[in-house]
Amino acid sequence: MPYDTPSDPEAFRQEVREWLEENCPKSMRTPQPEDEVVWGGRREKFKNPDSKVWLERMAEKGWTAPTWPKELGGGGLDREQTKILHQEMGRINARIPLHSFGLWMFGPALLEFGNEEQKKRFIPDIIHGRTRWCQGYSEPGAGSDLAGLQTKCEDKGDHYLINGQKVWTSYADQADWIFCLVRTDNTVKHEGISFILFDMESEGVETRPIKLISGSSPFCETFFSDVKVPKDQLVGDVNGGWKIAKRLLQFERSSISASGFGAARGSGMLGLEEYAKIHVGTDKDGALLDGDLRGRISDHMMYAKAFGLTVKRSGEQAKAGQEVGHTASIIKYAAAKMNQDKFELMIEALGTEGLGWEGEGFDKGAKMATRAWLRSKGNSIEGGTSEINLNVVSKRVLGLRDHQ
Amino acid sequence: MTFVLTEDQEMLRDTAVNFTRDELPVKHLRSLRDSGKNGVDAEGRQKLAELGFFGVLIPEEYDGVGMGMVALGQVMEAQGRTLAATALLQTACMGASAILLGGTEEQKKEWLPKIASGEVTTALALDEGSHHSPAGVATEAERDGQGYTLNGAKKYVSDGHHADVFIVVGRTFGEAGDTHGLTLFLVPRDAKGLTVKSLNTVDSHGAAHLTLEDVHVPESHVLGAPDKGMDLLEPVLDRGRIALAAEMLGSATAAFELTHEYLQTRKQFGQLIGSFQSMQHRAAKMFTELELTKSCVGAALTAVDEQRNDISELASLAKARAGETVHLVSNETVQMHGGIGMTDDHDSGFYMKRARVQEALLGSASFHRDRFARINGF
Repeated sequence: MPYDTPSDPEAFRQEVREWLEENCPKSMRTPQPEDEVVWGGRREKFKNPDSKVWLERMAEKGWTAPTWPKELGGGGLDREQTKILHQEMGRINARIPLHSFGLWMFGPALLEFGNEEQKKRFIPDIIHGRTRWCQGYSEPGAGSDLAGLQTKCEDKGDHYLINGQKVWTSYADQADWIFCLVRTDNTVKHEGISFILFDMESEGVETRPIKLISGSSPFCETFFSDVKVPKDQLVGDVNGGWKIAKRLLQFERSSISASGFGAARGSGMLGLEEYAKIHVGTDKDGALLDGDLRGRISDHMMYAKAFGLTVKRSGEQAKAGQEVGHTASIIKYAAAKMNQDKFELMIEALGTEGLGWEGEGFDKGAKMATRAWLRSKGNSIEGGTSEINLNVVSKRVLGLRDHQ
Repeated sequence: MTFVLTEDQEMLRDTAVNFTRDELPVKHLRSLRDSGKNGVDAEGRQKLAELGFFGVLIPEEYDGVGMGMVALGQVMEAQGRTLAATALLQTACMGASAILLGGTEEQKKEWLPKIASGEVTTALALDEGSHHSPAGVATEAERDGQGYTLNGAKKYVSDGHHADVFIVVGRTFGEAGDTHGLTLFLVPRDAKGLTVKSLNTVDSHGAAHLTLEDVHVPESHVLGAPDKGMDLLEPVLDRGRIALAAEMLGSATAAFELTHEYLQTRKQFGQLIGSFQSMQHRAAKMFTELELTKSCVGAALTAVDEQRNDISELASLAKARAGETVHLVSNETVQMHGGIGMTDDHDSGFYMKRARVQEALLGSASFHRDRFARINGF
């Protein structure tokens, strides 16, 4: 038993319930506005002071990373206990205390590939939200063809020297550290890539936000000129970064999909069918007046339900020890399609109410839906395009071969 | 909700998969068609009974094996894989369920052991138009001295061409479209006034139109509460829809496997056609749809065994998703096989023809989208 409490799940549930009751501040049991989402790191301002308290208490328990090893500050819970923790948090509508690429993507990869010293140095800061990480993967010439990256990393004896450019670096302007793919050998493609970590305040690092069609700028262009990196910040072997990169992509795809692209974050937007009822109208039996739209909304909701059940099934199968490799790509592809369909239908259901941009005259939730619709177009591009994910499924799952 | 089979369920699945593969392959359906047997297979029925498949839902006290809906789903999926024409959906699922859920102790004792042993097959005679409509029953059921007199017509009763007993839905009051006023009756095939007209159907499984002219049914043959037939009919239909969805999952999976293999062997332009990205992406999309459908079918099957309160929602979900998936896959199977897929010699046409029947029976995807929307309040 990794967790030193009674092995009885019901006893554990009771304990969690009591702890949450005592420790989760009341204001942390309400829907979370976008600007109160906590990402941690040196620049975190904690707009709501309760969210700081909530993060500290959860991190102290190791419950921001419930399955990670206890000796590194994680919760040390098994799957069953983690499920109970999430159920109990859900029961009281507790907010997620920390959003973090460290928790979702980098940490799991570091636990698998990092050395002991690196784990001790970086993992506890991720758990406590003290370090905010960003991901240095895509480059202007290497998006979907990730391994085509050119950012150069030279061995200068007592340090590495990095030169190059990354793009689509989510929140690079707010991150403290970057986990970065760099080229350590020009003569080979996949086998010439290394995985390195460095502080974003290092000399020679510059970031510029990129404004999207939705009007927001979660992404940046990131430039490195003669950035010096200590040698102990390389993870794994020199030229051995590709396997770490791939594994991390699986974590990324799973976490993007599981979060439903952040759609569930509590935003003031109504559900699709609620917007449709308001703006399209219903007959005396409560059915939408536009039968065609009603059918398509129903179809979408079924797809969403099928998607949720599939995520659940894959979890149960993994727990039973069955092979579920590469489901991450299936799930990522389906999640992108589902989210985009949802917002297309939402804009249609809203009619002209969904065509506002800013200022007066439009419902606040509707304006958010419009922005979310535009943002959703990135879902089939970020974290591996839908085409790339279909490639993964057709090649790795279905074993279809390339041209000979 | 459990998505992982128990050892017993897995064993049953393996037995069923092996049996349909060895004894009831598509070739068998083809020979039933070519010899004019219209999907009727007495020998196959006997073998299915010996394996206990007719009694999967029936408790041991009535001579069944009492393994539940998840187990039956495995058998249905196996039969779907080879398009086997059997009476399992109508008899082992809907017939057994109707009697289990609505029958008196006497009726259970009389009928269930006969169903489990394969002695008797049943067929639900419900729809009267060309679309599934449980409330749309107009068949009159008028009280007479010792029971009821039935007058009306039933359309496309699947397995009706060889069923021994019909479960006929009649209207004891109200009019077509009303959900109240329905009553279910057990009507033996040889009942006076009942005419069964066999149909040759596109899937070679066969079906029947029924006409009922002054068919007398004794009180003892009423199933469930008189006038409140919908209370029994709905759960029976939902079980049928879920079992049929499992069958459809099996058909879609097998058609996909057939196509998958072809993609890896057929060459054009000196390349395997499966190496073309346009084919790879479509194959990956089909695979994704199959995975989603599998989850829906699994959830719906367990919902019945767990007696959950969202069975109807999950039944509509499973039937609609399975319908869309089997539609997609069966069309792509023909297209990806090219010319050979259009020939009668090849199996892909059999999958496509059966798929359209599966889609239409017990409510099309559009019927279930409407139902799903209503259940969700819009």
